[in-house]
Amino acid sequence: MEFTSILFYVFSLFFVGSSLVMITSRNTAKAALWLILTFFSAASLWLLLEAEFLAITLILIYVGAVMVLFMFVIKMLDTEASTLRAQFTRYLPLGIFVSLVVIVQMALVLNAGPFDLETVGLPEQHGPSYSNITAIAQQLYTVYVYPFELAAVLLLIAIIAAITLVHRTQVNSKKQNISEQINVQAKDRMRFASINKDSTKENK
Amino acid sequence: MWQSFVDLTHQLIPWFNGSLADILIIVIKGLALIFPLIIMMAYMTYAERKVIGFMQLRIGPNRVGPFGLLQPFADVFKMLFKEVIFPSKSNIYLFLLAPILAFVPAVAVWAVVPLGEDFYIANIDVSLLYVMAIGSVGVYGIVLAGWASNSKYPLLGALRSTALLISYELVIGFVLVTVVMVASSVNLNTVVESQSGGILNWYWIPLFPMMIVFWIGALVETNRAPFDVVEGESEIVGGTHVEYSGMPFALFFMAEYFNMIFMAMLAVLMFFGGWHSPFEGIPFLEGLFGFVPDLIWLLIKMSFFLFLYFWIRASFPRFRYDQIMRLCWKVFLPLTIVWIFVVALMTQLGIGPWF
Repeated sequence: MEFTSILFYVFSLFFVGSSLVMITSRNTAKAALWLILTFFSAASLWLLLEAEFLAITLILIYVGAVMVLFMFVIKMLDTEASTLRAQFTRYLPLGIFVSLVVIVQMALVLNAGPFDLETVGLPEQHGPSYSNITAIAQQLYTVYVYPFELAAVLLLIAIIAAITLVHRTQVNSKKQNISEQINVQAKDRMRFASINKDSTKENK
Repeated sequence: MWQSFVDLTHQLIPWFNGSLADILIIVIKGLALIFPLIIMMAYMTYAERKVIGFMQLRIGPNRVGPFGLLQPFADVFKMLFKEVIFPSKSNIYLFLLAPILAFVPAVAVWAVVPLGEDFYIANIDVSLLYVMAIGSVGVYGIVLAGWASNSKYPLLGALRSTALLISYELVIGFVLVTVVMVASSVNLNTVVESQSGGILNWYWIPLFPMMIVFWIGALVETNRAPFDVVEGESEIVGGTHVEYSGMPFALFFMAEYFNMIFMAMLAVLMFFGGWHSPFEGIPFLEGLFGFVPDLIWLLIKMSFFLFLYFWIRASFPRFRYDQIMRLCWKVFLPLTIVWIFVVALMTQLGIGPWF
């Protein structure tokens, strides 16, 4: 058995195991952490497939950004177990239906043939000096440049939509204008008054 | 002797195909990098206290050993023998996982750092991306510490610092993009290699504003003053570290200093020509300083940035949280995006001081 196959089985074991623990874990924060381990194992598997750019992007985006936001939400939520499980039976049929649909779809696609080893063949093995980031960049910015740009615009629209949905200007909020605060000069805060000596004597 | 050892391992376990020996070599290389780093980190705490002491007209540590030189070790042993206190009603596993999650990425990023021309642990092709990816994992230490402590101040500190770290990662990412565009490579070795040839060829000239932005971003990412909102002693007691004592706290501390050294190193590699001598290509001086090894140049440049940390900490008062956020989203982000277009134009038209 080659060393890479041992690595493959180790990472696959981590992958399957951690995803199983993730869906059975009762503590939301722990579940999120197991999901992070799942992402790491997936990234390691991709590294074995010589897809180093994809692997590192997976960690960068999903572990570094998406899951951090998840943790953020979990921290602020009330994670009382009873409230989380309150309407479990009500949503159970819907959940079963959705997961069944997903499983059937995946089975249909994966068994259809385009992913068979016979049709695709073994992926080409490259040496350690091979770099797939240039290959990806060349494809992405020449052949697929319009889909790429379209996806970017779509994401921008999503961002703007999310902001317009959530952001409402409050009428009574005491908002601070930070630019004004930073650009304040000494003369705005201090007032020099010239006091007449004689007038102060009279007051006494 | 080393070769015979390698041969022996090859004979012992033939079905490992020589991989075990490779792994052993990698482990030894890693240890050879981590131990000097730990010593460096220990003496950084000493240097920090001395430098800030002198800046504030104090003496700094001078009790343990000559000039207080053994102070770091005294601190380490104090930390080791302290009791680890677990807050009641906290999740003990997550509570102990947090410092580990803060420390491991801080060490793991060093795997791709080139210290010389052929002096590195791994020379991977996407090392700048790797640095970004692993660096972003360090946030979990703070998030978990804040959440698992089950206490007010850690939660507040974790909340605001997580938001900060995510925001400034964006800015640092854009700065890296400009560097990648100029060097036309995401490999740190190649980035340094393309800056060869004297102080005028380093990227700090064409990317000067980016260097400033990067350094401020680095201060935020490493939670240093004036952006140390995680701890904020005068505001929220000690932030995420409130409930930690003994070695778990020491791990947070070490992670912070490892990150600091790493950010200084990254600044040197990207903007200050890495291990290249500043006098390359200058007729007389090149020969005069020819005897200085590459590593020494690298360490000198890095020490300058490490000194900057202390200097800045002694000079500036703490920023307010919303002001740091404004600085990120309304000042740095537009600036970096504009500079990306400027760099793109300059590389396309072939103008600029890089060759």
